[in-house]
Amino acid sequence: MKIKNQRDFFSGLVFMGAGAAAAWIAPTLRIGTAARMGPGYFPLALGIGLAVLGGVLAFNSLVFETEDGGAVEPWSARSLLCVAAASALFGVMMGGLPRFGLPPLGWVPAVYATTLLASLAAEGFRVKQALLLATACAFAGWLVLVQLLGIAVPLWPVMAAR
Amino acid sequence: MDLASSLAAGLNAAATPANLLCLFAGCLLGMLAGLLPGVRPATAVAMLTPLAYVLPPGGLLILLAAIAYGAAYGRAHAALVNDPGGASRADSFQLARQGRAGVAIGVASLAIFIGAAVGTLTLAVLAAPLAELSFQFGPTEYFSLMVLGLAGAAVLARGSLLKALAMTVLGLLLGVFAAASRARPIFGLQAPADGALFVVLAVGLYGLGTIPHFLALPARPREALPVANGRSLLPGGKDFRHVLPPLLRGSLLGCALGLLPGGGRLLGAYAAWALEKSTALRAGEVPFGKGNSRGVAAPAAADGAGSQTMFVPLLALGVPTSAVAALLMGALVIGHVPVGPQMMSGSPQLFWGLIASMWIGNVMLGAMSLPPLAPLWTRLHGAPYRLLLPVLVLLCSLGVYLVHRDAAEVALAAGVAVCACLFAQLGCEPMPLLLGFVLGPAMEESLRGAMSLGGGDWGTFATRPISAGLLSAALLLVVFVAMPAVKLRREDAFAPE
Repeated sequence: MKIKNQRDFFSGLVFMGAGAAAAWIAPTLRIGTAARMGPGYFPLALGIGLAVLGGVLAFNSLVFETEDGGAVEPWSARSLLCVAAASALFGVMMGGLPRFGLPPLGWVPAVYATTLLASLAAEGFRVKQALLLATACAFAGWLVLVQLLGIAVPLWPVMAAR
Repeated sequence: MDLASSLAAGLNAAATPANLLCLFAGCLLGMLAGLLPGVRPATAVAMLTPLAYVLPPGGLLILLAAIAYGAAYGRAHAALVNDPGGASRADSFQLARQGRAGVAIGVASLAIFIGAAVGTLTLAVLAAPLAELSFQFGPTEYFSLMVLGLAGAAVLARGSLLKALAMTVLGLLLGVFAAASRARPIFGLQAPADGALFVVLAVGLYGLGTIPHFLALPARPREALPVANGRSLLPGGKDFRHVLPPLLRGSLLGCALGLLPGGGRLLGAYAAWALEKSTALRAGEVPFGKGNSRGVAAPAAADGAGSQTMFVPLLALGVPTSAVAALLMGALVIGHVPVGPQMMSGSPQLFWGLIASMWIGNVMLGAMSLPPLAPLWTRLHGAPYRLLLPVLVLLCSLGVYLVHRDAAEVALAAGVAVCACLFAQLGCEPMPLLLGFVLGPAMEESLRGAMSLGGGDWGTFATRPISAGLLSAALLLVVFVAMPAVKLRREDAFAPE
């Protein structure tokens, strides 16, 4: 059996999986009857519906011919990883990881780290430009957040302030 | 209360200094959202959803709505310097190329302004009777109405209909589970009670998630053109008479199509341009697509009008039909702003304040589009995305972080962005998912009510006339679009944008 539309096949699988998971989780809530629905009733119906939709998608992708085989286009994972990692890094640096003994590092270091990492997502990275941008962002953030709006945001690592 | 006195009351509500400040901020952000590369109105609204925790209801509504309609002006500026894929914008670009950017932006701004005025009037006139009508809806009818709204949005979403439907159901599931987990944790997981999960989802899908997608797009050809210099900006008397009929036609078409779910606004601009193109050219008139001022006016007016009437289903019925409307609704729910018919009856000052603010906002935006500032916008459009990107990432992360000061929520938003990109690779649009997430809890509620009224019989949806009508309309839509002939035409209609 040959997959005739890659995109449809894989999205069909994802939807089938998600639907099955929902239909499996739903009974842990109370299902009830049609006249007196519990919190599990609607999710169960939706889960089954989603699994069916996914099944149809996957079935079609095995039956109907497409011109290009519906191939998943090649793409650069780098930009996605840089953007996602930069965002998560910002959260970790601002909030710290108390469980691992990492204190909040403050606004200024977080902005520099995030800006540098996010800059790597686009073509043509230049260190000088990114550092300049980070400086501008850190200053603008301090001006707007702390001075203008009066939101208490630690600027530097909390240990250093002690 | 008649229209005039309602509007006067609205003007009073909108003209407080705080609300005017919110309106100005919204207009400015809307302008930027329309013209900055890689930023869409949905991106801007998503990034600002955390404001729902700090702004008062009136200000929040005014600010976020201004972003949605202000973007029409930004798009008009962007069309001057950016060779658009869409035929409906080609005339602006060609006019600017001929050194007549001033005329192009003058005509476009005027057209958006008039279109928006017509659209706002439509919203003001339609909303009250529609809300009145929907008060006669029981849970059965309301459920069917939401089914129709979701089906319409799925039909008008880009790409495969099956995938759009599946994304809708996935969104509904997530929304329902999130709501259920607040009462009782599911596998030890519990959504925050204040709706912060919506902020995470919005920023992940439409903030962070759109960045890698934009980076992957091929760079569009851009020309360094002489920007509007301020002279001959407004069309003269003869020009004005020339563009007025297409302008009005475009406004009406945009109004009507803006009411449709999903891509109604884009469809409006495209349809208005196509309609003008089908009319006969006068002697000596430039052909369409080569810098015809009628070809500038009609789509711009439709864009302006549709950007206003897309609020009708959201404000009158409480059913969002586009990504921006869904984002707005989510933010309003967090900010405890009643959405839908409850707004019209419970807090009319909010609704009429918004209507009044739309008129003031369009005056602000029109003024921003004119000489002293006009060159600034075209220059900003050329901002390198390389520099914009880190700022967008910072703003997105900061917004999510400040809600609870919780690193885990920022990480979750990043995770949502990763999922959004993977879904995009598989050809699945995020819009239906977001709509489902927003409507899920309300849909479950009305389903429960309807079934309890009907004694557990699913036939109740088919035997009550209004509900049966709404459901058959939804079914017709889906079947109609699934037909092979329409399927191809549908892909054509979305291709240019």
